[in-house]
Formats: sequence, C-alpha cells, structure tokens
Amino acid sequence: MTDINREKSSFWASEQTLARLNRRYRKEKIFKFIGLCGLCSGVFALVILIITILSTGLSGFKETRLQLDIFMDPAIIGNISELQESDRIQHIKSIDHYALVRNSLRLKFPDVKGRRDIMNLQRIVSSGARSDIMQKLIDDKDIVGKTIPMNLLASSTVDMYIKGQIRRDVDQSERKISDMQLGWLDTLAAEDRILKNYNWQFLTSGDSREPELAGILGAVVGSFLTLLVTIAIAFPIGVSTAIYLEEFAPQNKWTDFIEININNLAAVPSIIFGLLGLAIFLNVFNMPRSAPLVGGLTLALMTLPTIIIASRAAIRAVPPSIRDAAIGMGASKVQTQLHHVLPLSMPGILTGTIIGMAQALGETAPLLMIGMVAFIVDVPHGILDAATALPVQIFLWADSPERGFIEKTSAAIIVLLLFLVLMNGLAIWMRQKFEKKW
Amino acid sequence: MNSITLFLILILISVLSFFMGRKRALLSVNGHIKNLHSLPNHYGWYAAMSGLLPGLFIIFIWINAGNTIINNFTLASLGDDIRNLSDFDRTIYMNDIRNIVVGDAISRPLTEKMQNAANYYTQMKENIFLLFAVIAIGLSSFISFISLRKISPEFRSRNRLEHLILLSLIASSAIAVFTTAGIISSLIFETLQFLDHVSLSEFLFGLKWSPQTALRADQVGSSGSFGAIPLFTGTLLITAIALIFAVPIGLLSAIYMTEFASKKARSLFKPLLELLAGIPTVVYGFFAALVVAPFIRTSGDLFGLEIASESALAAGIVMGIMIIPLMSSLSDDVISSVPQSLRDASYGLGATKTETIINVLIPSALPGIVSAFLLAASRAIGETMIVVMAAGMAANLTANPFESVTTVTVQIVALLTGDQEFDSPKTLSAFALGLALFIITLALNFIALKIVRKYQEQYD
Repeated sequence: MTDINREKSSFWASEQTLARLNRRYRKEKIFKFIGLCGLCSGVFALVILIITILSTGLSGFKETRLQLDIFMDPAIIGNISELQESDRIQHIKSIDHYALVRNSLRLKFPDVKGRRDIMNLQRIVSSGARSDIMQKLIDDKDIVGKTIPMNLLASSTVDMYIKGQIRRDVDQSERKISDMQLGWLDTLAAEDRILKNYNWQFLTSGDSREPELAGILGAVVGSFLTLLVTIAIAFPIGVSTAIYLEEFAPQNKWTDFIEININNLAAVPSIIFGLLGLAIFLNVFNMPRSAPLVGGLTLALMTLPTIIIASRAAIRAVPPSIRDAAIGMGASKVQTQLHHVLPLSMPGILTGTIIGMAQALGETAPLLMIGMVAFIVDVPHGILDAATALPVQIFLWADSPERGFIEKTSAAIIVLLLFLVLMNGLAIWMRQKFEKKW
Repeated sequence: MNSITLFLILILISVLSFFMGRKRALLSVNGHIKNLHSLPNHYGWYAAMSGLLPGLFIIFIWINAGNTIINNFTLASLGDDIRNLSDFDRTIYMNDIRNIVVGDAISRPLTEKMQNAANYYTQMKENIFLLFAVIAIGLSSFISFISLRKISPEFRSRNRLEHLILLSLIASSAIAVFTTAGIISSLIFETLQFLDHVSLSEFLFGLKWSPQTALRADQVGSSGSFGAIPLFTGTLLITAIALIFAVPIGLLSAIYMTEFASKKARSLFKPLLELLAGIPTVVYGFFAALVVAPFIRTSGDLFGLEIASESALAAGIVMGIMIIPLMSSLSDDVISSVPQSLRDASYGLGATKTETIINVLIPSALPGIVSAFLLAASRAIGETMIVVMAAGMAANLTANPFESVTTVTVQIVALLTGDQEFDSPKTLSAFALGLALFIITLALNFIALKIVRKYQEQYD
C-alpha cells in the first residue's frame, strides 16, 4: 500500500507537490498584492481629492490690488465742505465714484483714447472700488482736491491673470483679457503697483455676483444659526428618547415599533427629509422659507436617529453595578438615571452628538428643498431671517460660470473641511480623554 | 414681545415657582426635613415643571400653527373676490401681503387695499400672539399655583415629578414615530394628488420622462409625459458603476487591513478611509465636475471614444469613492468578528492565508458582506449632491456609461427648485419620485437586515 502511495500526488516531497506548493505561495503573494492595491487605490482617491481642493483653493485666500493715485476731483465731488454731516454723507453716496477712478487711470495712461478703450481701462479695477473710494471720502474731510494713493481691488479677470489662470501666450480672441489690458498691467507691474494681499474680504463679506468681492460670512453665520437650532432640538429629544428606550421602556410591541422606526430613519436618504420639511414645515405650518429655523428643524429630524443610536450605546456601556448600587442606596429609577448613569455616559453622548452635528454641517440636499438656495447678500441676524448655509453656498458657486468662482468654491470647501476636522477632532479627543474602561 | 421673551417669562415663572415650592415645603414642617416625604428640591421642581410644560406646549402650538391662523384671519377679512381666486392666485396674493409687511418686493403695484390688508396682518399677528402669550402665562401660573397649594408633608411630590419626567421622555420617543408618520403621510398625500393627473401605470412603466406641462394652451415644447423608467435605469446605471468600483476596493481593503496589515499600518489606514466618509457630498460633486469628468472626457478623446462631459461614468466613479468607507468598515467588522478558532483550524490543516480567507472567512462572513453591499447600494441610490453636480438632466434610457443620464434624486431637486406652482403635476411628480425612492431604500435596508438575521452564524 505504501509503495503505491509513494507514486501518488499526496507524497509530500514529490515534484508535483512541491510545484503545487509553489503555486499556492505565489497565489498568496498575488492576493496580498491585490489587497494592498485595493487599499492604496482608496487612499489614492482621498489624496487626489485633497490635492485638487488645496491647489485650486489656496489661491482663493489671496487677492490682487492695484495701487493707483486717485485724484479727488472737486469738479466731480462738488463743494462738500459747507454741508452738514448727514447731508455730506448723502452727497458723497450719490456722486460717480467710478468717474474718479476712470479719470485717474486716464491721467496715468494718457494715450488711451476712444470710448471702448477707456471702458477697458476702467474694467481692470473691480466695481467694488467704488465703495472703497466712498468710504475714504466719508472718513477724511480734507482730501478733496488732493491726489492720494489707494490700493483698489482688481477685477476678477485681472485677478485670474495675476494668479496664472489666464495665459498670455494664447491668442487674444481666446482669452478674456485683451492685449491692451496686458500692456497696462505690465506698466503697473514694472512700477511695483500690483499687490497680492491676503483676502480678508473673503471671510468678512457676504455673497456677491462678482467673484473678487464674494465672501462666505453670510453662509458661515447661516450655517451657525442652523446648527444652533438643530442642536437645540435634536440633543434634548435624542437623549430623552435614548434614556427612555434603554431604561424605562417595557418590552412590548410599541417599544419595538419605536426602535424599528428609528433604525429606518437612520437609513432614509437626506433628500426625503427635505421633502418632509417642504411639505409640512413650509406648506402646512407656513413657516418662513429659507429661514435657519426651518433648516434647523429639518436637519434636527435627520440627525435625531444618529444621536439616539450613539446615546443608547453610551448608556448601555455603563455597567449594571452602578445602577444596582444606586438602587441599593434607595434611589428611584429616575434618580439613578439622572444622577448616576447620565453623567457617566455624557462623554459618549457628546461624542455622538458632535459627530452628528458634523454630518449635519455638510448636508446640502434637505436645505435645497426648503429654499435656502437663494442669492442672499446680507448676513442674517436671527433664525427667522433668510439665510444660506456653507455647503449650499459651495453648491451655488460651483454652478457659476465665472472663472474666478472656481478658486472661491475651493476656498470655501477648505473652510468647511477645516470646521469638520475641528469638530471631528474635538469628538475624538473627547472620546479618548473621557473614555472609561469599566 | 416675541417668542423668545415669552419663553424667558415662562422660565422666570418656573424659577419663581421652584423657590416658592421649596419654601412652602420647608415651612410646612418648620424646617424638619425628615418629616417631608420627598426632598425639598423635589417640591420645587414639581411646582416648576408642572407649570412649565403646558406653557411650552402652547409656545409649540404657536410656532407651528401661528402663521396659518394669521393667514386665515387675514384671508377672511379680504373680500369674496380674493377668496374666490384660484388656489395659485390666492397664494401669490397672500405672499404679496406678507412681503409688504416685511418690506420685500411684491409682484404687482401696491394698492390701498393691499396696504390695508398688510396692516391688518400685522395687527392680527400682534393680537393673536398676545392671546397665545396670555394663555401660556395664565395657564402656566395657574397650574403652578395649584401645584403649590398641594404641597404638604405627605404629598408624594417626588413620585409625581418622576411621573412628569417619564411623560416627557415618552413624548420625545414619540417624535421619532411622528417623523416617520409625517414623511409617509406627506409623501402619500402628494402622490395621490399626482395620481389624479397621471395614471400609475404611466408613471411606473412609461418610457418617456419629460415633465414640461403646458402653462398656456399654445405653449411649444411641452409634452408632460411622466414615465419614470428612464430615471430608474439612470439611477441603476450610476449605482452599478459606483458598486463595481467600491465593492472590490472596499472588500479588499477590509481583508487586507484585518488579515495582512500590521497593527501600525491598520491604525494608519483605517482613519484615512474613515476620512473619506466624513467629506461632505458637495465636495465630491465639485470634485467630479471639476476634475473627474474632464479627465474622463479627454482620455476618451485619446482613445477616440465619444464621452459626454456629464457622463454616468464620472458620477459613478466619484459615488463609488464615497461608498468605499461604508463597504470597508462594515466588511471589516464582519470579518473581524469571525472567531480565531476557525482560522486556526484552517491553518492547522495546512492552508495558506489566502486559502483561509477565500475558503473559510469569506463564506462565513458572507451574510454580513452581502448586507453591507445592500446598504451601500441603498446609500448610492439615495445620494443627491454628487449626481446633481456631475450627472445630466435629460432623461436618457440607455445602458452606456459614456452617455449622460439623470437619476431620481436629480429630478426631485430640479422639479422643486425651479419655479412652478405647487400643485401642478410637475412638482407633485417630485413627491411621487420621493415616495418611490423611500420605498426602494427602505426595502433594501429591510432585506439587508433580514439576511443578516437569517443567515448570520452565531459563534459561541
């Protein structure tokens, strides 16, 4: 019997066995390599995403300004030294500030003639320069008739050119900036009059149709108010539900029904909550459209299952011995919960809440449905004012055709991701610091 | 006075009741606390909470129903000619009145009648709010007063208090049920209205989706066909591309991280993949529109293929990137939960790691992996922002990933953020689509749960 076995392929030292063994080892190596490839492609996608956002967005934090000598022509401004303060301000607001810019530019480039060329010359300065000049005239009474150097914001086309987004070597008909404008910019550059500063306006002003003037303050405040409403509603209700389901609920069909509902709600797409908000909050309850109140209510309903599930896990993690000890000392069930279990599970609950809030911060679809998608320029002051949110602002800018909005969108994404990293980092730090090993 | 002030007044009343309750309890036993049934604080809390809860309830009613009540009063004050307008015109008229009050622009020149109506609106708002405020404060004070009167040494205030607390906990839990009920009822209600205009078989089985209904009798280019099949196939196409991309990568990452990677590598890679889950979908959409779609298009040109700039491939790939962490972390959990004894038994029989994984681990973890697959699919089907920004708007019935298709979620957004009156079939179809989406995702989640429950091995 053993002789026959020696010829069979199961003999451990035969050539066939060794060959098969090598094949198996090779398969092992290939499979491990494939696994590593899979993992690396996932990480690769993340890296490409972040590199894209950073490379397009970091330039959005810089702005281009042109240092020009603006002659405060008394012929255009008029005689304002005699006027009362409020009349003076009124008068200053009504004059043609753009003419001051235009004339000063014409003084700088005296050989520019013809209406079209003069308009092109004027267009290298942003339309927002008007408010800068107006503010200067209001602040300083004595500058009428003098020539003052001012750093005026360049228009978006010039901004894009200075940042390298528009190339010189293309034919003039294929780019937005003309050869003449390039010539003027070269002259200004040679005199060191083109300044690249940090774009504080991005963080302090509201939305605008012009890319160089657009800022995210309105969106940030809107997002903040919305999240405030969300947390004010979702946190108490979520924690109360978790306490009830974990500690007080009897094991009957009604409790099962509630649990099934909560698990289902956790898996519903966010746009359905938007439809709910639209149908009930806006149409049945007639709440004001685009208000952070409605946005907060909708997002609260969406975040509620997350908070409930996280809180339940945190409450469950508290060992029964704590509860038994409290009851043994004569506490009632409610007292055990409020005085012992809840404080001990609070870190876990807060971690889950912060993660839920971070998810709510990035949600766009429900807010689109309830109307927070309008073009809002002012910064909202309360939860009933019309507002927009940061992710919605990103969505609106991503749709805009102007080239200058690409970097603004990426810059806004960087701000949003920073907030998210902060919130998630806070949650993880809290979890690590307060996590108790029972 | 506004709601915030009212809320603060109610809080003030509660705080006063708290202190009065305590004092009264202490006075009734002349300071000998051990003669009281409950602690003095309980008496205070009982008096405070029993008054606060009804007051908060009144404020809750005001927030939800207040605007509707004022609207109805104003409508009643206007003449029959306004009341008999069509629903659409009446809504626009009321909108104008509200805009006059706030100071926004209105859709027609201002008449004296409208100005009077706006003044009446403001008047009514103040009056009715005052009424609610008086009711809230009165009810709150009255109930607090009654509770204070009940305070005596034998009064079991702690039990009553805990009963109140339990009631509020139950009320909070009911909100989750109300939410689901709200979603289902609002979707069904609007869908039924939609089905008055368009038959169910045309919606479910029609092959043409072109929801432009005619505003005027002679409008060109309106057909009003509401066949949803192109939307379903579009959704399926993009979901399929996403899953083809995400399932191998997610599963292989999970296998590598649990079986082959060192502890350090695992602790580095796992958070990186979780990071992908935390990125908002708007960012993915922007990335798809800015980088992925042009890249696919130019590489298509290199190969001589005609790829649309809003191809299903671009949207599908980015959606796949979004789903990778879901697939990977769920599979990771399932594979890790297979007990070591099975692995050891397999190694003991002479299997290599790969053979163990393929022949032992994957089959035993299969129900969990399949349920992860279904959950990822349901997430992909319900995803909105990526497809809104990267996929097209025209309903194309095709299986070619290089063409542009549209999905259910894109159409919902497009129908509801455009300007159409609210009960036209066009906007109602958005709710019908929403209901279909809700049912499909719910069914997928339900099946995923059932599979895990039925087939998952219970190891001891």
